[in-house]
Parts: sequence; C-alpha cells; structure tokens
Amino acid sequence: MTKRKALRTAFTVIVTLVLFVLLWEGYKWMGQQTEDHWPGTQFGLPVSTDDLTMPHASDIFNELTDEIRAGRETLPMTVYLAKKAAFTFLEAAIGFSLGVIVGLLLAIFMLRWRFAERGFLPWINVSQTVPLIALAPIVVTWARLQGYPDMVGISLIATYLTFFPVAVSGLRGLQSPDSSDVELMRSYAASWSSTLIKLRLPAARPFLFPAFKLAATLSVVGSIVGEISIGTKTGLGRAILDFAQRYAVWPERLYSSVIAASLLGLFVFGLVNAAEWLVIKRGREVLK
Amino acid sequence: MRENSENLEEAVSIRAADKVFNPDSDNEVQALLGINLDIKEGDFISLIGPSGCGKSTLLRLIADLLVPTAGQVKVFGKTANQARLDQDYGMVFQHSGLFDWRDVSANIELPLELKGWSKADRQARSREMLELVRLEEFKDHYPRQLSGGMQQRVSIARALSFEPRLLLMDEPFGALDEMTREHMQVELLRIWRETGTTVVFVTHSIPEAAFLSSKVVVLSPRPGRIHSEITVDLGDRTDQTRQDPKFFQATTEVREALRAVEAG
Ligand SMILES: Nc1ncnc2c1ncn2[C@@H]1O[C@H](COP(=O)(O)OP(=O)(O)O)[C@@H](O)[C@H]1O
Ligand SMILES: [Mg+2]
Repeated sequence: MTKRKALRTAFTVIVTLVLFVLLWEGYKWMGQQTEDHWPGTQFGLPVSTDDLTMPHASDIFNELTDEIRAGRETLPMTVYLAKKAAFTFLEAAIGFSLGVIVGLLLAIFMLRWRFAERGFLPWINVSQTVPLIALAPIVVTWARLQGYPDMVGISLIATYLTFFPVAVSGLRGLQSPDSSDVELMRSYAASWSSTLIKLRLPAARPFLFPAFKLAATLSVVGSIVGEISIGTKTGLGRAILDFAQRYAVWPERLYSSVIAASLLGLFVFGLVNAAEWLVIKRGREVLK
Repeated sequence: MRENSENLEEAVSIRAADKVFNPDSDNEVQALLGINLDIKEGDFISLIGPSGCGKSTLLRLIADLLVPTAGQVKVFGKTANQARLDQDYGMVFQHSGLFDWRDVSANIELPLELKGWSKADRQARSREMLELVRLEEFKDHYPRQLSGGMQQRVSIARALSFEPRLLLMDEPFGALDEMTREHMQVELLRIWRETGTTVVFVTHSIPEAAFLSSKVVVLSPRPGRIHSEITVDLGDRTDQTRQDPKFFQATTEVREALRAVEAG
C-alpha cells in the first residue's frame, strides 16, 4: 500500500467516526427536544434517547479513560479492556488458524474426490445453521469433561465459524484455473500434488483472502459468544457479561466494551489485509 | 541439417485415429474419423479448417491430453502417453496461460521447476530463452504488464525451455491484432530455424497457414477428416514474402481446398 493510500484510509476512518458521533448526538439532542417523537408528529422514535439507552458519546469516551477496579488493582479502562481483548485475541487466533487448516483440508478433499463434494457440501452448509448459542455450551462442556482449559472449547467454537467460508471459497478458488491451465500442467506430466501446489493453491488466493477476512471477524465473534455462554473468568466476553449486568447503573461501560470488541474485529481484519498485501499484491501493481 | 529431411525420423505418426466424445449418449460427437497423418522431424505443419472441425482435438490427441477412441498415435516412435511423460513436446495455447502470480522468468522456469532443476540452471536457461524470444528486459515483469504479443512470446519461451523436439500450438496468435500477428509469424519462423523444433500449428487463418508451413493439412468437419495436404515451399520467409507471387499461389491453393470443404 502506498503512503497516499494509507493516508486516505486513515482520513476516511476519522471522517466516518466524526460523522457517526455527530449523528448519534444529533439524534439524541432531537429526541430530548421532542420527548422521543419525530419532530412535529405523534410518531415515536425507534430508539429512545435517554442517558441510559444512549449515553453521551463524550461519557462513553470518558469511561474509556476512567479507572476501574479489577480485583486488587485499579487500572484505566483502556488497559483493562486491552488485557481482556488480548486474551480473546489469542482464542480467536487459535480458532482462526485451526479453521483455516480445517477449511483448506476440506476444500482439497472435495476437490480431489468429486463424491466428497457432493456428499460433504450440504453438511457443511447445514453445520452453519446450528445456532451458536446452542452449540457453545455443548462444545465447552465436552472440552471441560476432557479436562481441557476453557480456552480450548472457546477456540473450537471460533473454528466452527471460520472453517466454513474458507472451505466454500477455497473449493471455488481451487477449481478456478482454466482447463487449459490444467492441461498445461498435464503436458508437463505434473502430478496431482504438483498441480495443486504450483497452480491451484496460488490461483485460489484471490478467493481465499476475502474468506479469511470474513473468517477473522467471525473468529472474534465466536470467541466472545463462547466466553459469554460458558462464563469464563477473563476475555472480552467476561467484560461484556459483567457490564451488561450493571447496565442500568453504568451503561457507558457496556458501550466501551462493545467498542473494544469492534476494535478487536477491525484489528484482526487489518492483520489479514496486511497478510494479503504481503502474499499477493506486493510489487505486482499493474504499471500504467 | 533440415535439407536431408528424407532421412529424418517421423515426429508424429497417426493411424486410423477416431475420436468420439460422450459415446453412447444423447450428446455423442464424432469429432475425428479415420485420421492418418505423418509429420517428419523438422517439419512445420499447419492444421486448418472451419471452426469445430476437430483441429484442437487432433492436437490434443498428439499431446495425449485426449485419448483416441480408436486407432493409434505415435510421437517419436513412442506412444503419445510415453512422449508426454518424457516431455517430448511443449504446448502453446491461444491464451498465453501464463500464471499471473509469477513474473516472466518464473513462468518460463515453471516446467524446469517441475523437472527438479536447480535454481542456477533454471535461471541460466530462462535467460537463454528470453534472449531467444527477445524479451531480456522484461524478465521481472508480471504477465499483466505485457502486451498480448509479448505474453505469447513468453508462452513460447516457456514451451521451449526444456528443449522439447516438438512444439504444439493451438491458435497461438488468434487473439493478436494483424500487425502483431504478422510480426510474431516472422519471429516464430526464426525460432523454428534456430531451434530445429518440429511444429504443429493450429490456425484458421489462410495466409498464416500458407506463410508459416511446409505442409498445410486441411480438415473437413462433421466428422473431422483430413481433406487434403498441401505442400508449400516459400524458402526463407521475410515480410517481403507476403508480396511474393508464390505466397499468393499458396494462399489460393489453401483457400480453394477450404472452399471445397465448405461446399461439403
Ligand atoms: N470435451 C469435449 N466434449 C464434447 N465435445 C467436444 C469436446 N471438445 C470438443 N468437442 C466437440 O468436438 C468437435 C471438434 O472440436 P474442436 O477440436 O475444439 O474444433 P476446432 O478446434 O477445430 O474448432 C466440436 O463439435 C466440439 O463441439
Ligand atoms: Mg480449437
């Protein structure tokens, strides 16, 4: 990425953030003036604008810099959330890596054996319709019974969400080369595995990276849902759970933890973007 | 060396070859019927005929990318399968088929990589090949940064990198504009002379077939059969040759054969 492009991205992010805060505060201000009605009508606003439902953006921001008691120590909220996020990140990273491996292996398996594609693909699709809320306790209970730390179960839930886009896009990517490219490899008497390594996998990269981006954000979602459903001692899910219970007195705190979760999602997305740039774009921009 | 071609080995020999796609089904296609063809080593053969008459199919039989339904295909005295395993031929398609994640030299080195050559050997050979196709300055470029003609030259360099004795080309200049195309024809003849490779060239352009070939094989469609073989002798060809009455005569001969084919 060029410097100019990076600057432009940063600029867009800041402008979007400012616009969002303006919209939030504008809506809140309007609601306060009209007692939660659309101006000049009897129609109620979809979201009420009191300080409990919509705290001021500045209060949420202040909350982020305020101190919080965690056990015996007091820390700034940002540091507290960063620590929790680091833990969730680790779970998500393990889940993501496993999901990528499982997804790729499934894709290769379905590529190699057509009957596997016909037999597996419907089940892979069905797997994603099982509600996460139902699945999470099952997986986690299983992991606990095996004597594994909770992290294992949580990472497995993240894996469950991430393998899917990788397997589906991976299969499409592996099948993407033209038949003449495959014939070319045959003309070199290349083996099936050489064709996979020299042709199909590289050709699949433009299909895989969008799936990785989706998988990365899903791995964060999966980890947080996993943490919440088993009530771990740490992680962002724990923070969200704690703050949700105290929402009535301290709504800013729940909002700040939600912001932390989104930032973590953005962060993993950015990591995959950087990897993509390293792996397929670097030095290959088309000369005009 | 090409002079005493009588003594040279047969490069390709096809006997009574048939090809049926999807046999015994509703969409059965008799693509080729009773093909007999001999190609001498060092020859430049063009296959010409109306679209769908089986030119690509015939080329793929020689390449062992397809297996004949009946009959026999020999390449340098071996089965086509053995010749493919021995990598006796290189292949060039209409679309260069370069891998866009590999730069020019890495594309040329692909078949050498598959053969397990060392990096130093590969680099030395790809330099030679780039010299042969006159693209030395472009070795670090990616395919998308090259014009269609340049891409096709890289594709030729890749096909010749492991020094096969036979070059199979399926409408390699079909997607190029007329000027580039004529230039590439002259270049291909130069490469053919310099390397002594036997070439089988599929085209549907009459002047292209007449200009390039020592023999033009005219195919008739449904089912694909060999209609006639026209021997051409234009000697050393340059761009001037295109104004030569002998060239005019050769194109006329090919055109008349194709008219006869179309008339059925
Ligand atoms: N893989 C295939 N399956 C079924 N029919 C095919 C296949 N390849 C070619 N054909 C048919 O065989 C005939 C000859 O095709 P082809 O060799 O590609 O013709 P040409 O190259 O002369 O245009 C056509 O009728 C085509 O539709
Ligand atoms: Mg064809």
